Amino acid sequence: MASFVDLVFVLVVVIDLFLLASSRLGAAIRTVAIQGALLAALPLLLLRETHHLGHAILLAGGALAIKGLFIPWLMFRAIREASIRREMEPIVGFVPSMVLGAVGVALAFAFSSRLPLPDAGAHAFLVPTALSTVWAGLLLVVTRKKAVSQVLGFLVLENGVYVFGLLLSDVMPVMVEAGVLLDLFAAVFVMGIVMFHINREFSSLDTEKLSALKD
Amino acid sequence: MLFVILAPLVLAPAALAVPSNRRRPLVLLAGALLHAAGVAALFASPPPPRAGAWLAFDPMAKVTLLTTTVLFLAAAIYAQGYLARRKDRDNRVFVGGLLLLLAAMTTVALSQHLGLSWVAIEATTLASAPLIYFNHNARSLEATWKYLLICSLGIALALLGTFFLALSGAAPGGPRSLLLDDLIAAGPALSRPWVRAAFVLLLVGYGTKMGLAPLHSWKPDAYGEAPGLLGALLAGGLTNFAFLSIARVFQVTRAAGDEAFARDALVGLGLLSIALAAVFVVGQRDFKRMLAYSSVEHMGILALGIGLGGGAAGGAFFHSMNNGLTKGVLFLSAGNIHRAFGAKTTDEVRGAARRLPVSGPLFLAGFLAITGSPPFSPFFSEFAILNGAFGAGRFLVGGLFLALLAVIFVGMATTVLAVVQGDPGDAPRVPDTGDSWLTAAPPLALMVLVLLLGLFLPQGLRDLFGAAAQLVGGRWD
Repeated sequence: MASFVDLVFVLVVVIDLFLLASSRLGAAIRTVAIQGALLAALPLLLLRETHHLGHAILLAGGALAIKGLFIPWLMFRAIREASIRREMEPIVGFVPSMVLGAVGVALAFAFSSRLPLPDAGAHAFLVPTALSTVWAGLLLVVTRKKAVSQVLGFLVLENGVYVFGLLLSDVMPVMVEAGVLLDLFAAVFVMGIVMFHINREFSSLDTEKLSALKD
Repeated sequence: MLFVILAPLVLAPAALAVPSNRRRPLVLLAGALLHAAGVAALFASPPPPRAGAWLAFDPMAKVTLLTTTVLFLAAAIYAQGYLARRKDRDNRVFVGGLLLLLAAMTTVALSQHLGLSWVAIEATTLASAPLIYFNHNARSLEATWKYLLICSLGIALALLGTFFLALSGAAPGGPRSLLLDDLIAAGPALSRPWVRAAFVLLLVGYGTKMGLAPLHSWKPDAYGEAPGLLGALLAGGLTNFAFLSIARVFQVTRAAGDEAFARDALVGLGLLSIALAAVFVVGQRDFKRMLAYSSVEHMGILALGIGLGGGAAGGAFFHSMNNGLTKGVLFLSAGNIHRAFGAKTTDEVRGAARRLPVSGPLFLAGFLAITGSPPFSPFFSEFAILNGAFGAGRFLVGGLFLALLAVIFVGMATTVLAVVQGDPGDAPRVPDTGDSWLTAAPPLALMVLVLLLGLFLPQGLRDLFGAAAQLVGGRWD
């Protein structure tokens, strides 16, 4: 069981690096969906005390429905309607951004060994995975031009924050977690509507066109 | 206490359900009146503080809610006139969104639970983003996209910071809670490295929302393209709540014993914001973008006030009220000028004082007030902050602050005078857009309030600012 949990964490980090290097939007959305599904399994895999079982199932179910299914479905609709397949010219190239991502992973492991964890029983990979996923998400948002890629980056960032939140699953009341998932859902929903309007206004989902406002 | 949150929250779907575009703004007015009545009732009989409650009417909540409810009421009256003239636009989303925004902002003010605060701040972003797109053109779409993406990024980092803070107190025997009182009571028992990391992330996250440099990049676009009515509520209302959230996190950091670091970070970001605003205000031809940079400046002043502490902290809370009300005057009158000329740059707009006999002079008076000219109230709050800087022996900080204020005064004066003075002559004109009671009286009333607060500050308000400043280790001199 323990090695299986290790595998999940490693896969999450590998997916971060894959996303940084991938130009095909369809594949990227599918990969984010897989990452979401993996993350949904984590609350159950990391469960230590059985009286939290109901809470863990609720969190896992919610995460799977939103991160693994609903949001990817929304994103697929967006690229189908805009008929785009690829992120053509990112601001930072695919290889450099992957290298930056890898540096982030190394730093995350180095950094988290320094931070004292109040809970000694926590999984050793949890904090570095969370921090490297947050970093990868930030990189994606900042370096990509297509609105879809930017939203995907935001999702990856939220995934990283979610992994970190698992550290607190017995401290935080359910309400706050529900609020977190709900907000993610609403954020992507509103972003989806805005993307729809960008597409209609400019006949493309390229945020390069959004550069009329400057000083 | 729940009433002030629930009243606008319940009215929002009601506004969506009203079929008539003409009658719908009345729901907004009803929401504003109910909210104002609710806040007045809270002041008349303050609910006693209860241990462990998620909502409380503390001094910081009092300062921000008082400012916001007055501003929102003025904006709601203005909206009656404004939306009646904008028959070309469906105002369903606009009215509903404003009410949701009011409910979310009120929740931020009252929340004593940092998790709940985060949810409410995220809700303010989501409620306000569609409103920036009110004009449905390419420029407002670009502004909406930037606002949504940058603020969502900031808010995601703030969530990570909130988790860090929860973790700092998660050790056995720790508070294991995100309630403000529990965290402050735990104080030094919190894990220092996590608290420091949390403060940095929360300052970056909520600082984005507040518009502190260098996280302000959405602000000129959003304020430039949004209707003046929304600009007033964002610059005068929403930013104050982000400020309040940072002040609350500062309370925890201070209790945990990391005060010096946090103060330095606030003073640094504050001065950077004022300096950056000075750079971009000079030579700014778009007067709505100019107001956005002025907002960056004043957020910097608030951060500076809290960072300096002592009498400057009391000045900062006073300034949050003055800035809120004055931004209301400026954005509402700028909105009127924008409507009347159909343009918002000094290339096309001139002689606003002749064409708009109320809004033009009000824009000028608002400019004088916001740049700290006596006898308007921002002069006194900025003076308190400056006094705090010199009193604490921070001569370099105080001197820089004063010099930058002078640069901003000159920079803004060039733009504002070009807009207000002169002969409108052949400048573009939009029919049926002159000053009316509904669009000119609300900014005028706010202006009178700013003047009165400058001439006479009631003892009750002084005590309030003092009590709020005391929470962050300051006082009211």
